[in-house]
Amino acid sequence: MLTLDRVSKVYRVGTFGGRALVAVSDVSFDVRDGEVMSLIGESGSGKSTIGRMILRLIPATSGRIVFNDVDISTLKGSALKEYYRRVQGVFQDPFSSYNPIFKADRTFRILRDEFFPDTPAAEWQDRMESTLRAVGLNPGQVLGKFPHQLSGGQLQRFLIARALLLDVQFLVADEIISMLDASTRVDVLNLLADLKSRGLSILFITHDLSLGYYISERAVILYRGCIMEMGATERIFGTPLHPYTQMLIASAPRLDKKWEEVEIELRGEQLENVAGCVYYNRCPQTMRDAACRTQKPTLVAVESEHWVACRRYARE
Amino acid sequence: MSLQVENLTVYYQTLRGDVQALEKATFAVADGEIMGLAGESGCGKSTLANSLIRLVPPMRLVAGQVRLDGELLPLDDAKRMSEYRFTKISVIPQYAMNALNPTRKIGKIIAELLQSKGVDFATILPELKRRLDLVELSHDVLGMYPIELSGGMKQRAVMVLSVLLNPSLLIADEITSALDVSTQKAVAEMLVGFRDREFVRSLIVITHDISILYQMADSILIMYAGQLAEKASTDVIIRAPRHPYTRLLIASLPKVGVRYAERRLSGIPGRPPLLLDPPAGCRFRDRCSMAFEKCMEVPPFVEIEAGHFVACWKEFGADADA
Repeated sequence: MLTLDRVSKVYRVGTFGGRALVAVSDVSFDVRDGEVMSLIGESGSGKSTIGRMILRLIPATSGRIVFNDVDISTLKGSALKEYYRRVQGVFQDPFSSYNPIFKADRTFRILRDEFFPDTPAAEWQDRMESTLRAVGLNPGQVLGKFPHQLSGGQLQRFLIARALLLDVQFLVADEIISMLDASTRVDVLNLLADLKSRGLSILFITHDLSLGYYISERAVILYRGCIMEMGATERIFGTPLHPYTQMLIASAPRLDKKWEEVEIELRGEQLENVAGCVYYNRCPQTMRDAACRTQKPTLVAVESEHWVACRRYARE
Repeated sequence: MSLQVENLTVYYQTLRGDVQALEKATFAVADGEIMGLAGESGCGKSTLANSLIRLVPPMRLVAGQVRLDGELLPLDDAKRMSEYRFTKISVIPQYAMNALNPTRKIGKIIAELLQSKGVDFATILPELKRRLDLVELSHDVLGMYPIELSGGMKQRAVMVLSVLLNPSLLIADEITSALDVSTQKAVAEMLVGFRDREFVRSLIVITHDISILYQMADSILIMYAGQLAEKASTDVIIRAPRHPYTRLLIASLPKVGVRYAERRLSGIPGRPPLLLDPPAGCRFRDRCSMAFEKCMEVPPFVEIEAGHFVACWKEFGADADA
């Protein structure tokens, strides 16, 4: 359904834009119909940048993003509008997605004015109410309220309902759970999983490994803009191969197991551009060699549905 | 007993009346104990921490007293509390990144702070350097401005600063929430290290992330809507919680190894009550499937086993119906 083909994003930084910051480098993956794909990475890994490029909020520096056989950078005018009918995003902070001086359902009215001006009011009202019910909200309780009168979980569902009103096929969910309280978190997560059965594809962007594991079929592990490991979720979590994935999984706090003894190198956080593997500075001594410093590893398939970018596996 | 809190009740004064943010909190933190304090946003966990540090309007002390090492703290006297602040009771604030003055070098900030407490910077410098090594910060940071450090580095600098005078009690307020998992782990382990090296005698760690507490805390106190719900050792809270809220909360947490397709988790229906005019009795009543008439009264926070406190009428069994 959606394919990223060697997509890169370079930001110009510094006073006069003199320095280049590679936020995303040569990322390729695809998301299939009715599938939840997790994009997992720490801050600065480029996961939100990828989401924004898919939503065309920012252009890609190089590479192609193809949606249903069309390169999205070529879309203009009505074709672009048609694209937004199919592809929508929901973001981290539900409170900042609303204008606090207007009622929350104004977002539905804007949607109707923009996309469905010919739909009769009564029919629109019916559709709105049934969609709100589909995301687990009671229309009577939430319509006509201001954003501050609704909880974070309700607002987040409102935004999902807004995306569903346009017959979306692809949803970019950027950290939509992290601002919510533990008791409402799971309900929004379950809602996403239920939508998948309606044929919706979801790109689930998160830094939380357990959330990614809970909801997705496949996952991509990103570090500083590069894919470290990619494949079926149970393969990645069951047998993590990349040193970075292993470190991530070992340091994620869990409820069933105490932390294992893993060395965490805090000093290797320098962000200079390296010629070789981006993880070289933080990689444990025993796992890296001199060649890692100069040669960029490529993604290789180690088994079906499991790719890893590490020289240790390329050699074999 | 390092810290003893008795019947502590703190309200926020607003034009529309008092917000009853903390109601009759009674608990103790033992010497060498790391106590986790968890709950949803708005449950009063930060109010509890702030009232131990700096209780100023709109906060109002309604009742209760707090003893630290047997000494009664003058909570509502901001001036007299400054004798205790930083020396006996210290805090790592939620946004440690923004806690440093951007126009001063880190070393200067520390020197000024020590001076205000009448401690000579030069005599404490060797110890300061030793502790910077411990958190893997180079000594050069003392000559740097906060802007030159990354978020994780600033966090560690503030941690060293907070425990410099070996306080009895350290309160860490959501310090791991904004960090990446690997940094999070390092910071949590450093806090435990502070306790093991006796830089601090006991610790209160406030977070909404219970899985972090499972890794580092000795005991966990769960709060709900301004009331204490349950306190027990970490293992008991995770494996055998008694309060209905704790049970639902623990059950709703996604874990590595749980898949949507195999085991569907469920949340807690409903939302916490507004604390401006909270319902009488147990505040979890409306969301609790086990609630009965007795829940119209506030349940006492009682010890049902050694070290295990629960505030729920269900614990009284048949007596409650009588």
